[in-house]
Amino acid sequence: MLAELSYWQITSLRVAGGLGGVLLVAGTLVYLHLFKMVSFMQSRLGPMEAGPFGSLQLLAEVGKHLQKEDIFPRKADKFVFGAAPFVILASTFLLVAVVPAGPDVWFVNVDTGIYLAMAVSSVSVIGILMAGWGSANKYSMMGGLRATGQLIAYELPLILAVVGVVIQAGTMNMQGIVAAQANGEIFGWGGIGNPYILTQGVAFFVFMIAMQAELTQAPFDMPIAESELVSGYLTEYSGMRFLLFFIGEFATAGVFASIAAVLFLGGWWAPIPGLAFDDNVWNLLGPLLLIGKIVILTFIVFWVRFTFPRFREDQLQRIAWKFLIPIALANIVVTALFKVWF
Amino acid sequence: MGLVPGLIKGLGVTGGTILRTVFPDGLKKPIPAPSRGAETVQYPHEKEAPPPRARGVIALHEENCTSCMLCARECPDWCIYIEGHKEKAPPRRAGGKPRKRNKLDRFDIDFALCMFCGICVDVCPFDALFWSPEYEFSEPRIADLLHDKSRLSEWMETVPEFEDYEAGSEAKKLKVPPT
Repeated sequence: MLAELSYWQITSLRVAGGLGGVLLVAGTLVYLHLFKMVSFMQSRLGPMEAGPFGSLQLLAEVGKHLQKEDIFPRKADKFVFGAAPFVILASTFLLVAVVPAGPDVWFVNVDTGIYLAMAVSSVSVIGILMAGWGSANKYSMMGGLRATGQLIAYELPLILAVVGVVIQAGTMNMQGIVAAQANGEIFGWGGIGNPYILTQGVAFFVFMIAMQAELTQAPFDMPIAESELVSGYLTEYSGMRFLLFFIGEFATAGVFASIAAVLFLGGWWAPIPGLAFDDNVWNLLGPLLLIGKIVILTFIVFWVRFTFPRFREDQLQRIAWKFLIPIALANIVVTALFKVWF
Repeated sequence: MGLVPGLIKGLGVTGGTILRTVFPDGLKKPIPAPSRGAETVQYPHEKEAPPPRARGVIALHEENCTSCMLCARECPDWCIYIEGHKEKAPPRRAGGKPRKRNKLDRFDIDFALCMFCGICVDVCPFDALFWSPEYEFSEPRIADLLHDKSRLSEWMETVPEFEDYEAGSEAKKLKVPPT
């Protein structure tokens, strides 16, 4: 059906789908996890007044932020300061492009999908560094530098964890990875396919920890450590631009969780024995399954976030270089050996 | 406790609180009812019952006040305003001299200044000031927080009966016998 449309129609459909996919998922995560889950964790109710059970609270917050003044510090580098949140949002929107949500539900289907995702995800470092530099504030600068050191350190275990999956699947295409899990066998037993969380559990563990650090969620939130750096690279932001950072944080959490879902939980496919739908059913069911998996994975991310206190800066680097990277490398070696033997 | 068991225990604490809040009846009857499970009191819709000795607002028992000004002088914020005059009262015995009595004209407490320290309640020698757990006395204008003696006397109805602090403790003795 898509082939009948002209190029600009397909493009606008993709833009609308990307906007909806990112913003709706981000809004759902903010409501479910930031507003409700953390409240229940502290034996309180969270927002209850705006809409049924406070479900429209996020709209109220957006309205509040839109009314606020967009302040530029006098010595700020105006262009860099103003552009930083858009760079971060751009990296999020580029990430979502490669995530498939069904056999025919995808934005782009490139052969090196996961490679593109890993490359694009590091663009957000530049946005954070721009925010830290452009603010002309020493706390922002230190926050930006901390974020850069942290994101670069944790990019390595993230990518090394993905390598194990890529070796086992034999493809970098996201659809190919989903298909490899759906049609795979665990040492000759193909009852539930092969969701890679079972055979690549170590990689999943490393990926989740590295993802927590990439999202700068506590216990890895040194870049915005409020007890040390006021608010890190967010210190000078207000109004609309702060809102963009805020949405970007949760949208990126959702997108990273969707990548983890595709890599380790089978993406839009469900590991249920005897489940044989045709593609049309999967096209409807796939996005829902993917969103369900995103919610489960981000639940783990925010559960950890709201439970543990912050690491010290040197502990952060030690975990990445001395613990996660060796584990990920060992996982790659073992995966490669098994791939050759079996 | 080791590192990993400690981390898992931490996750267990927060996860357990989620379950207790969302399912107050326990997991055998998993009906989500967070408004019962959470500690939150949704204030405008339901009112919290403050403990009987809560320091909500200061109530005035007007008949006991002799306008001795002790409370006004001890008040750290100087937020109590008292005016009074002397008036003749009938003599105690027939043919005796008429007695003099202090009549209270004005007793205002400025709750915009009051810091609820309770020194006035403690210092009053005639049991004229009491703590009331009533807490809904906010006003749109800050000047309206100056409450006069008729308003302060209304709150006497909300003052709870004194209960012993704990079983066998010294009972509170009223300084002035009730008339």
